Amino acid sequence: MLSVKHNEIVEFSSTLLDQFAEVVARFPEGRQKSALLPILHLVQAEFGWLSPDAMNKVAGYLGIEPIEVYEVATFYTMYLLQPQGKYVLEVCRTGPCCLVGAERIMTHLENKLGVKEGEVTADGLFSWRGVECLAACGYGPVLQIGPEYTFYENLTEASVDQLIDDLSSKTN
Amino acid sequence: MARKLLLTHIDVPGIQTFEVYRQQGGYRAVEKVLKTMSPDDVVEEVKKSGLRGRGGAGFPTGMKWSFLAKPEGVPRYLVCNGDESEPGTFKDRFLMTHIPHALLEGMIVSSYALGAHTSYIYVRGEMMPQIRILERAIQEAKAAGFLGNNILGSGYDLEIYVQPGAGAYICGEETALLESLEGKRGNPRIKPPFPAIAGLYGCPTVVNNVESIAATVPIINDGGEEYAKIGIERSTGTKLISASGNLVKPGVYEIDLGLSVEEFIYSDEYCGGIANGKRLKAVVPGGSSVPILPTNLILKTANGNSRLMTYESLADGGFQTGSSMGSGGFIAFDEDQCIVRNTWNFSRFYHHESCGQCSPCREGTGWMEKVLHKIETGHGDLSDIELLWDIQRRIEGNTICPLGDAAAWPVAAAIRHFRDEFEWHINHPEDALTRNYGLAHYADPLAPIVS
Repeated sequence: MLSVKHNEIVEFSSTLLDQFAEVVARFPEGRQKSALLPILHLVQAEFGWLSPDAMNKVAGYLGIEPIEVYEVATFYTMYLLQPQGKYVLEVCRTGPCCLVGAERIMTHLENKLGVKEGEVTADGLFSWRGVECLAACGYGPVLQIGPEYTFYENLTEASVDQLIDDLSSKTN
Repeated sequence: MARKLLLTHIDVPGIQTFEVYRQQGGYRAVEKVLKTMSPDDVVEEVKKSGLRGRGGAGFPTGMKWSFLAKPEGVPRYLVCNGDESEPGTFKDRFLMTHIPHALLEGMIVSSYALGAHTSYIYVRGEMMPQIRILERAIQEAKAAGFLGNNILGSGYDLEIYVQPGAGAYICGEETALLESLEGKRGNPRIKPPFPAIAGLYGCPTVVNNVESIAATVPIINDGGEEYAKIGIERSTGTKLISASGNLVKPGVYEIDLGLSVEEFIYSDEYCGGIANGKRLKAVVPGGSSVPILPTNLILKTANGNSRLMTYESLADGGFQTGSSMGSGGFIAFDEDQCIVRNTWNFSRFYHHESCGQCSPCREGTGWMEKVLHKIETGHGDLSDIELLWDIQRRIEGNTICPLGDAAAWPVAAAIRHFRDEFEWHINHPEDALTRNYGLAHYADPLAPIVS
């Protein structure tokens, strides 16, 4: 759902606008709407989430209606429509990963971070959520962290602790 | 050692790079088609190979290509389906990660055969590392003259771009993928018209799976007839199998079609048996959508024949006693796994991933999820089993795209083969919350069929 509580006024840097232009050039004349998904990924990587203002500005850039951006942003689950922690830990919760302990990992993550799915830790560093099959079933349980979607495979409680400690100390 | 066609050089250090891939004989197929073959020759060769689509449907690739409309003055497109989202399937991720140039080489060969000058590789957005790998590979191939204008002096021009998805299982369905590539929600289109007539931007388009496209490389190098010699019946060539669940060695394996399921599970060359010394309870052989089979039916067909990894043998017995090759997502369940819980998990997945266009799927998947959750958490009633059966039956075949069937089949198969486990959950809710039903009789030899 689009955020009604939060907004963030954004400005696209010239570097970002160059990246937009490079994406648009992949498609035939008049088909610039095809660039929408890649551009939303670029915006999310830059600002951490898709604020209503950011989406409106993407619509302006592509010459499409804001609703065309909203309907896409709300359809695809990778787009984050609320402010998030600096690191969003996304754990696969689908069948094959559950056969090898994904549910245990999610419970552990909830206890370790002390926040429920979708919430942000008090220090603003972490949020987590269960996501559907990440196509890494042979290496489960797995989690990923955007914006580069680095994978962490064959998770155990200990390796999750280590990962969180590493990310915390990297920031401090 | 098993023969390898797609993963031949998987262990060669640096095979991700153009330089090493080329040293190992890579891009010979591109040279061969551009210098010695017409586009129609390439299509014929792929037809001869008997290659069937590796994404799940198993439709003959050469035939799909031959349906492509070729009106004058209208561009044609090849779109590679790298959306790989079917639970249990991770072979395309493996291929794109480790041998990206095998996909690019296949893309060039296939694009040439179809007369496409712009081709897209649609990769699910979560595979951002693989997208980076492919983008780099494209730059390398272009720098070496295998992409761009006038490739190898042949006069043939081709550009390939990688497009990220953004988290939607439905975009693996080819018309939803095309909608997504056009920058829209991934709502499947009503067919006809098929993409071969009106696909991307309304132009003739072929959508092929990553593995299917990569398979055109050995087909061109060795000839379609050689490829067709591998395998059994209409299951020709090699296939990548993604093995997951409770196995000693889960992972991606390239097999000759025709290998027995038993050898695949228990041989040290493949999965090495069931993990932690446990016994096998059930297998989903082709990704979460295909029917789950208990041990006795996955190892042998109802006729008592050894079950083989082929399109025909896995489907032997229809949905009564068989399953399907699907995408080759082979999920093994050990004796401690709960079939009810897994069925609920899969139903939740399909509910989450339903695009919402068709009422039977939008409403039915959520309803099945709720009923299964009720049974799993000890609040079920025996009539719920009939209710589930009724819901799945009303979804199957009544939706625009196959997601409805994909959601219905796992529920139907779980009830068909594991009904007593569902009944046990309902009749003994306290037990069901504290322990599992176990292996029960699911590995017992089947009684011979009396005709």
